[in-house]
Amino acid sequence: MRTRRIKVVASESTNTTGTQSKGNGRVIAYGLIALAVVLFGLAYADGYGKLAIAPMDQFKVKPLFGGDTIAWYTPTNVTFWLGMSILSIFALMVMGTRGRAVVPSRGQSMAELSYGFVRKMVEDVAGKDALPYFPFIFTAFLFILSANFLGLIPSSFTTTSHIAVTAILAMGVFFTVTVLGFVKSGFGFLSLFWVASAPLALRPVLAIIELISYFVRPVSHSIRLAGNLMAGHAVLKVFAGFAGAMGLAGIAPILGVVAIYGLEVLVSAIQAYVFTILTCVYLKDALHPHH
Amino acid sequence: MAENVTNDSVSVAHASGPGMPQLDFATFPNQIFWLVIALVAIYFILSRIALPRIAAVLAERQGALTNDLAAAEELKQRAVAAEAAYQKALADARSEASKIADETRAAIQADLGKAIARADDEIAAKTAESEARITEIRAGALRSIEDVAADVAGDIVSAVAPGQKVDAKALAAAVAARVKG
Repeated sequence: MRTRRIKVVASESTNTTGTQSKGNGRVIAYGLIALAVVLFGLAYADGYGKLAIAPMDQFKVKPLFGGDTIAWYTPTNVTFWLGMSILSIFALMVMGTRGRAVVPSRGQSMAELSYGFVRKMVEDVAGKDALPYFPFIFTAFLFILSANFLGLIPSSFTTTSHIAVTAILAMGVFFTVTVLGFVKSGFGFLSLFWVASAPLALRPVLAIIELISYFVRPVSHSIRLAGNLMAGHAVLKVFAGFAGAMGLAGIAPILGVVAIYGLEVLVSAIQAYVFTILTCVYLKDALHPHH
Repeated sequence: MAENVTNDSVSVAHASGPGMPQLDFATFPNQIFWLVIALVAIYFILSRIALPRIAAVLAERQGALTNDLAAAEELKQRAVAAEAAYQKALADARSEASKIADETRAAIQADLGKAIARADDEIAAKTAESEARITEIRAGALRSIEDVAADVAGDIVSAVAPGQKVDAKALAAAVAARVKG
């Protein structure tokens, strides 16, 4: 009897030490991996010892399967990372919700939260009659969000850092909203530029300003997104270049890279949010042009 | 020398291409083409599969919540009703009990009154009877007194005036007058 009890106690104690050592082992393993990556990077960095920073090289569009001509149909790294974007959205929104559970799993919770987040945004900003356009806005939001986050994977390609991509998105929003405005309220849509609450003498001036600001919208809408991402990624690259050139003192720029990376994670989410909420605001102007 | 330098700078510029790959318009058709494909794919994935599914799940959850809330509300109503019924039954029982007690008390009171009245009657009858007898006795006694007084008076007369004939009738009248006094 006594021996059995002792055995039980002994097995319990070994259990606890086992989990502890497992946790320690995991930390050590991560540390070793990080060290290996840094050593690998230092060993293979061709610019080691000299300042060779090419922060814009990461944005180059390259054919995926060799060659150097880029026709409109050539599969490029753009294609690859757009495909990754589609896959990640598919994983989140379709595979995550596979269970269709009333009490959601973690993946389903994330899908439902993003759905509810954007849907509420559309409803709050653009009104209930904007809900038919929710799938389009949600498409834009998820695409930008996933592309931004995928761009944070080291050595990946950020599709949304290209003005071509964001300009197409912004132009799509701009033309859709403008056409929608004219279809919904005919020439009444032009009252968007005629500020009825201002004194009559000011109204023509304000109309010109409003008109200019309306046509500047797609420009700011697209450049805001692409510029933010491009700048952040370029800064990351510059700091990484410093790290490569400084040898052991490179630890300081590496810490800087870590900090900026955290900032970039924020920027990725915030820019997706900003793009989406501005889309909602423009949509609201199209559906309710009267101030 | 100068030529060399310019050559160098040209080659460098050529190597790194235009300053920003973003402004390399040659890649634009490619990017736009693949972007449009990606957006269409995402749109169809969302609108055909993901959004209806999530909407259904949310609606189902909302329905379950509403049903549960309604059921809880109904159960609460039932509990309140049960409580009210219990209170009512309690109040009824209490009033019934007090009614019965009142009735019993009234009945007892009535019986008691009747008994007291009967006793009073009996007592009165007994008293009257006693009174009658007392009166009778008193009358009898008075009569006896008169008789005795007449006898004594007759005796006294015969003692005072022996041989004198006693007029019994006059004597009785005189005694009666004296007794009545």
